[in-house]
Amino acid sequence: MRALTWHGTKDVRVETVDDPEIINPRDAIIKITSTAICGSDLHLYDGVIPAVKPGDVLGHEFMGEVVETGSDATLKKGQRVVVPFTIACGGCFHCKSQQYSACDNSNPVEKQDMSATLYGQPMSGLFGYSHLTGGYSGGQAEYVRVPFSDVGPIVVPDHLEDEKVLFLSDILPTGWMAAENADIKPDDTVAVWGCGPVGLFAIQSAIVMGASKVIAIDHYPHRLELARQLGAEIVNFRTTHVREALMEMSGGIGVDAVIDAVGMESHGFAVDNMMDVVKQKIGIGADRASALKQAILAVRFGGKVSIPGVYGGMTDKWPLGAMMEKGLQLRGGQTHVQKYTKDLLAKIEDGTLDTTFLISHRLPLEDAARGYKNFKEEQDSWTKVILKPGMEKAA
Amino acid sequence: MSRQTRTGPAALAVGIALGGVALGAIQAKRKQGRSPDDAPDFALRQRDGEYDLVGRSVTIRKPRDELFRFWRDFGNLARFMENLEKVEVEDAATGRATWHIKGPAGRSVAVRTTIESEDEGRMIAWRSLDGSDVETEGKVTFEDAPGDRGTRVGLTIGYKPPAGALGKAVAKAFLREPEIQARHDLKRFKMLMETGEIATSARTKAQTRAAKQENAA
Repeated sequence: MRALTWHGTKDVRVETVDDPEIINPRDAIIKITSTAICGSDLHLYDGVIPAVKPGDVLGHEFMGEVVETGSDATLKKGQRVVVPFTIACGGCFHCKSQQYSACDNSNPVEKQDMSATLYGQPMSGLFGYSHLTGGYSGGQAEYVRVPFSDVGPIVVPDHLEDEKVLFLSDILPTGWMAAENADIKPDDTVAVWGCGPVGLFAIQSAIVMGASKVIAIDHYPHRLELARQLGAEIVNFRTTHVREALMEMSGGIGVDAVIDAVGMESHGFAVDNMMDVVKQKIGIGADRASALKQAILAVRFGGKVSIPGVYGGMTDKWPLGAMMEKGLQLRGGQTHVQKYTKDLLAKIEDGTLDTTFLISHRLPLEDAARGYKNFKEEQDSWTKVILKPGMEKAA
Repeated sequence: MSRQTRTGPAALAVGIALGGVALGAIQAKRKQGRSPDDAPDFALRQRDGEYDLVGRSVTIRKPRDELFRFWRDFGNLARFMENLEKVEVEDAATGRATWHIKGPAGRSVAVRTTIESEDEGRMIAWRSLDGSDVETEGKVTFEDAPGDRGTRVGLTIGYKPPAGALGKAVAKAFLREPEIQARHDLKRFKMLMETGEIATSARTKAQTRAAKQENAA
């Protein structure tokens, strides 16, 4: 089959690789109809996530048709499914508590040691996202092997086209959980750093949850415009002093909740961020966290901090004092996708959530490398890229 | 990862190297230096001099009895202990069985064992019989975990390597990262009991660890 494979920093290629096979009883093979490039794929592209190997198939946002099933699978051939990026067994302590992204059993045993050393306990398995999370082949391909197919994939009705439901795989539930983690109460003022797809869905979710004011922070005019169309007020950090603005816009006490939808490759000119940029570049492993640090200073005393943005390691100059003295609550975590898919599918169907407004480009899978490059370099106009394995390549 | 390329006799199934000292002696000795807190032995910060770690544990979200029964049928052990080829049970009542352990250069090592003592639902202890290629003993314990977390399964294995060239080769293999092997085997046991299968990220059958080991042998 054809698949997008990683070969090094800023080097991804569409190549022919072996087709996936059913290996375990609960497996299914899905023929991909649509897949997307995620902002977090850019962390792989930029080479800041460890344990990615040449030849790894990337992609963790995908959907398609069931074409093969293992002996214990419950899916039926021909069903149309969206697959969560988090692989979860459904039977362990965490899955039973609906903390699917903390599944004990989906990361193969021999791959668990690395993240257990980093974080104290091992991470669960994720599709196409380094060998820290299992080294599973991802879905930017024609076919994918889906383990525990009786727990993850959600069957979608035929009248909803791919583009409406594809984002159930990651960014829609991730944005939703980000807002949930911000514990939004009616009348809350919420600030969201980063108007990428997750930030935009977090904004939409916060509004649906009843926030009275959502403030979107970014520096790309088009992305800020998308946020405004959703109903957010916008702040451009290139032209505006963000913390001062947020104090003014929140009645002088700071915002009730902050959401960092930026993550480890944060932009910014503050001294600590520039130091982090240097450390990340020379490979001594610091996460750039300037957006999060700013968010912690901007939130009010007793405020809520939600972190959907991806971080992998350590950071320096952490505002620990602000965290303690202000009595903040911090929540992060990979998304427990399986917990949200059913409710969010209903919200797509009844029109509560719009999932297509952010799609900017649709490309054949064969053009995936161009998709990565532009998604990285033309962030203002390339807001979300969908790849279609069957689509004709443009001349 | 170098570990993945090592195949063949990576350890006596869940082999923990004890340098030929019987388990009972080790445990008695460890007790003397035991701190007065409530943590399990495996979490001891201070090792007892020459004796290193003797076991591992894993918590499995299943009732004690179910796990005990599965383990008590030694034929099941090869399903999650990576270096066991198979276990032939000769007598279920006494637990007499022959363990076929993957040995160097595609050879296998046979160990005949018998159950020395057992406490229904809580503990099984076994040891090798005279005439085995390797002298070994092991113990698995099942305890209720806190809250609804299931069962804590503790495993301790000791062995005395045999003389001769084969023995030396086997011993060398046993000494290779036995702690990691024990932890990995217990986690495979957990996966098998909680999910009915053992997770693999292989895309094709030929990429699975089992297939790779077979090819290397």
